[in-house]
Amino acid sequence: MTTTALPAAPPVVRARPAGFLSDMRTVATRALRAVPREPESIIPALIVPVFFYVVNVGALSKVSHNAYGLDFKAFQVPVAIIFAVTGISRASTLVTDIQDGYFDRLCVTPVRRLALLLGLMVADVAVVIALCIPVLLLGFAYGVRFETGPIGMLLFLLIAGAWGLVFTGFPYAIALKTGNPAAVNSSFILFFPFAFLTTAFQPKQALSGWLATVATYNPVTYLLSGLRSLVSEGWDGMELLKAAAAIAAVGAVSISLALAALRGRVRRG
Amino acid sequence: MAAAVVTESIERRFDDTMAVDGVDLEVREGEIYGFLGPNGAGKSTLVRMLCTLLLPSAGRALVLGHDVATQPGQVRLRIGVALQDAALDDRQTGRELLTLQARLYGLHRAEVDERVEHVLRIVDIGDAIDRRIGTYSGGMKRRLDLAAALVHNPDVLFLDEPTTGLDPASRALVWREVRRLNQELGMTIFLTTQYLEEADELADRVGIIDHGKLVAEGAPDELKRAISDDVIVARVEGAGDDVIQALCAIDGVDQVDVHGEELTVRTANGAAAVSPVAVALSRDGVKVHTLTLRTPTLDDVFLELTGGHIDHGHIDNKGDGDPTS
Repeated sequence: MTTTALPAAPPVVRARPAGFLSDMRTVATRALRAVPREPESIIPALIVPVFFYVVNVGALSKVSHNAYGLDFKAFQVPVAIIFAVTGISRASTLVTDIQDGYFDRLCVTPVRRLALLLGLMVADVAVVIALCIPVLLLGFAYGVRFETGPIGMLLFLLIAGAWGLVFTGFPYAIALKTGNPAAVNSSFILFFPFAFLTTAFQPKQALSGWLATVATYNPVTYLLSGLRSLVSEGWDGMELLKAAAAIAAVGAVSISLALAALRGRVRRG
Repeated sequence: MAAAVVTESIERRFDDTMAVDGVDLEVREGEIYGFLGPNGAGKSTLVRMLCTLLLPSAGRALVLGHDVATQPGQVRLRIGVALQDAALDDRQTGRELLTLQARLYGLHRAEVDERVEHVLRIVDIGDAIDRRIGTYSGGMKRRLDLAAALVHNPDVLFLDEPTTGLDPASRALVWREVRRLNQELGMTIFLTTQYLEEADELADRVGIIDHGKLVAEGAPDELKRAISDDVIVARVEGAGDDVIQALCAIDGVDQVDVHGEELTVRTANGAAAVSPVAVALSRDGVKVHTLTLRTPTLDDVFLELTGGHIDHGHIDNKGDGDPTS
């Protein structure tokens, strides 16, 4: 503990609004810095898609090839990617911030409230794209190649990142609305209908009954089709458009919910 | 001296509960204002309104001339805040947290470095500043919280119970830092506390709040002098009405209060009254455990005004209060 006189404060230093982009970058930087410090939050997101990819390819490759003439290794790469990117967010960290009062500390600064949410989402996009890379490398190791080449692969990553981004709206909405970690953890349950009631394991023509109906209305069906087209079929504008529309539709719901929850959380009334 | 903080009939209601009930106060620039009251009295609610986290239900508040309801952005640029629990992020290092805080206040890179080093000279955290906050002690977290509130060079500093839960040594460090900020940098400090000695030690003026209402305001010495010069406190068993009557009859005794097993005798001359008080108690067969002569405290002021004690966050049973003369 020093006992010397306080240093004179530099008189020119005055607080000022940092600007929206700066606020967002600051929030995102903090979120990204925390990722390697909490590997336990990322490792399952890496193991699950790799596990499913290896098991599914091992178990179903021959059946699918014989039944539908599919290159099942390529067919499963988008599924593994969806498993990797769906539901990855900093929502549980946000809940901790709310419970610990750190969110209030941020709210007494001039930070734009929207940046508090979008900064986290930007960080999430970076994380999910990073998570895609080992899955893609595994696919390459299995001999999968992109019919659309490197540009198609880049677009593939961007679409996956966009899907990961819009899906984060759900856990963030729950985090901001409830401030409850258990509620956020239970939001993972949304993953199952989105990921499994679709064409994850068989092409659409092989589905029947209620599953075929549900898959028809499941936006992930169109997302998978778009991603698969980039891997296996070459450039197909219609498939890509449908994938984009599916992402936009889910995003319209999830981001609206998240923004409404943010407004409720920072409302001062 | 200009007003740094002004509230005018400010109220805050939560459903049926009136947390802050028509508080009028004025904090002058450069002073330390202590806002004293037990848990649940409305201290934190008022601070949260002044810090723009809550809107008033009625009335208004100005911080450095800016209305907290209609100009929250202007207020936020001018204030520093350390809320009731040290609100930090255990996953960051102290330096990372301060840097992030400075960036959110729009400071450029060079300014950030300069200000972080500056506040670290004020609030000494030592080498721990580059360690994760999760490894800090409670006292270090409080001081880092204080540093974070200072990093953008605010004009008004709000400290909501800054030493609650700290050991005496850590509390003394925080007190010293608060005093130096005020004396050497001229910073206006609005401090809520449930500790009488904290308000007494630090505040130029004190506002006492109970059940959402401001019940007294003034310099601590003025408030204490207003009730009496000396206080004789006796912890007793078996003090009946006849004993109280006897005490009231002693020359120089202004007032006798009974609060459970505690008898409080107020007098202008404690040295002269203490012997007659002891004799009166003994004569009436009252068993006396302790007998103390002291000057009034802010707790006596609170007792006088509300009929209850502030007991580190709890009000004693007010039904026992019985001002007798």
